[in-house]
Amino acid sequence: MSFVTRGFSGRRREADPRLPPGQTLVQDWPVLSAGPTPQVDTADWEFTIRDETGADHRWSWDELLALGVEDVTVDIHCVTHWSRLDMAWRGVSLDKVFENVESEHEYVMAHSYGGYTTNVPLEDLLDGKAWIATEADGGPLDPEHGGPARLLVPHLYFWKSAKWLRGLTMMPDNDPGFWEQYGYHLYGDPWKEERYW
Amino acid sequence: MSAQPADVASPPRPRVSWHTGTVVETRRETPSAVRITLDVPTWPESPAGAHLDVRLTAPDGYQASRSYSVASAMPAGQVVLAVDEVPEGEVSPFLVHDLRPGDQVELHGPLGAFFVWRPGRSTRPVQLVAGGSGVVPLYAMAAAHGAAADTVPFRLLYSARTPADVFFADELAALAGPTLALDLVYTRAAPDGWADPVGRLTRDALAARTVAAEQRPHVYVCGSTGFVETVARWLQDLGHAAADIHTERFGGL
Amino acid sequence: MTHHLDGNVLAGALSEVFRSDVTAARGRCGGCGRTAPIAEAMVWTDAPGLVARCASCDRVLATVVDTGDRVILSLAGLSAVELRR
Repeated sequence: MSFVTRGFSGRRREADPRLPPGQTLVQDWPVLSAGPTPQVDTADWEFTIRDETGADHRWSWDELLALGVEDVTVDIHCVTHWSRLDMAWRGVSLDKVFENVESEHEYVMAHSYGGYTTNVPLEDLLDGKAWIATEADGGPLDPEHGGPARLLVPHLYFWKSAKWLRGLTMMPDNDPGFWEQYGYHLYGDPWKEERYW
Repeated sequence: MSAQPADVASPPRPRVSWHTGTVVETRRETPSAVRITLDVPTWPESPAGAHLDVRLTAPDGYQASRSYSVASAMPAGQVVLAVDEVPEGEVSPFLVHDLRPGDQVELHGPLGAFFVWRPGRSTRPVQLVAGGSGVVPLYAMAAAHGAAADTVPFRLLYSARTPADVFFADELAALAGPTLALDLVYTRAAPDGWADPVGRLTRDALAARTVAAEQRPHVYVCGSTGFVETVARWLQDLGHAAADIHTERFGGL
Repeated sequence: MTHHLDGNVLAGALSEVFRSDVTAARGRCGGCGRTAPIAEAMVWTDAPGLVARCASCDRVLATVVDTGDRVILSLAGLSAVELRR
């Protein structure tokens, strides 16, 4: 029974060929959270990849940065219909992180401080497609935006770019993470509008 | 199976559904808020404290919806909202600045069966604690209490920034009397000659200006998340049982 | 600082699923066992869906995802919900 309310347009929506279908351009950076914001000091921060043997590959904050931090400019697309274009990030390529990790498994579960999870195929994290981001918009990542470090997988909807990243676990199957269990798409390609189940 | 005395049996719950509301009047409530009176012929009788979702649709189909407490649903078929502007918001700036008489909005409700008050359900006193625009559902309860000539003692402690920021100032002043004690705390500026200190509500002020825990009041607290959590913690420190404290937080709408 | 509201805000979404208003219903947390009205849960609304967490232990009690033409509801974190007739 919906009808148009006179004069209402909502936030300004611009057409841009770089916007996937159903997306709106924003200049600010909305904060989305599904729970309390973890406060993690870089001195305590640790990142772990667990492979199928159960072995852990660990990096401290300094060890991660020592792999080499690069500048990345990418567009991000949140499933709640906003996108930012040409956003400046700095982070460590997951190609470098995976250099010495051997695994036959094709899927990865990302785990966050605070308990959040999201699943991503391994091939979507490699070949220059994903980073562990430590800075955005010219400064360290604020805790509300996932600092000290978050996953950055810009070619998928932004819920895949897990905030407060603490580890990756190799998986034989594409098991669903948090939002993927509760109704969101297992893969999440914004250009195909893979929002929900 | 347990038999319930007729006088405390739950009334039939109002059916939640979509309604069309037509704006009858908008007027300035405070420097940052408007009072919106809507004609909603299909609105059922709803308990004081209930809320509704307002849904707005743009010409291109874009929709946004937000929850607002119902300030008044009396007389039947009329719904009054009081909407405080959230400067970075998407819906409240439209409602505050752009809505005109004759405009139509979609309303979903009445909603909420927890943060409500109905006359005649309990003989225990009622303490209301409001922070800012959180007074809206509590005003609805105080007005329902007055309209029902309910004799249960009511007390409202209301924290507002300045005298100009007080919602329903005239209506509250008219309700204040033998069965509604009204206590105001000003956080930024008080009227001339105001005896109390100006500043944030303190635990001591809360203790001094609320119904004592020994009287087992039903307590309703509404305000920002920070306000509600602080007040709820103090109330428990003062001896109120957690089950007697009903809270409603409002957020960045 | 992230903001959460409380379970009262679930009333609209859940009214599409349940016959009665469940925000006044008591639910038991499957994690810590706290049994309290759904209205007392902590609800995060600035998220891809509504996320209700236990006010005692933070466990996710319920989620609501609105796809437009569907509502996808999880009550997986609640071991029981008590509905009054």
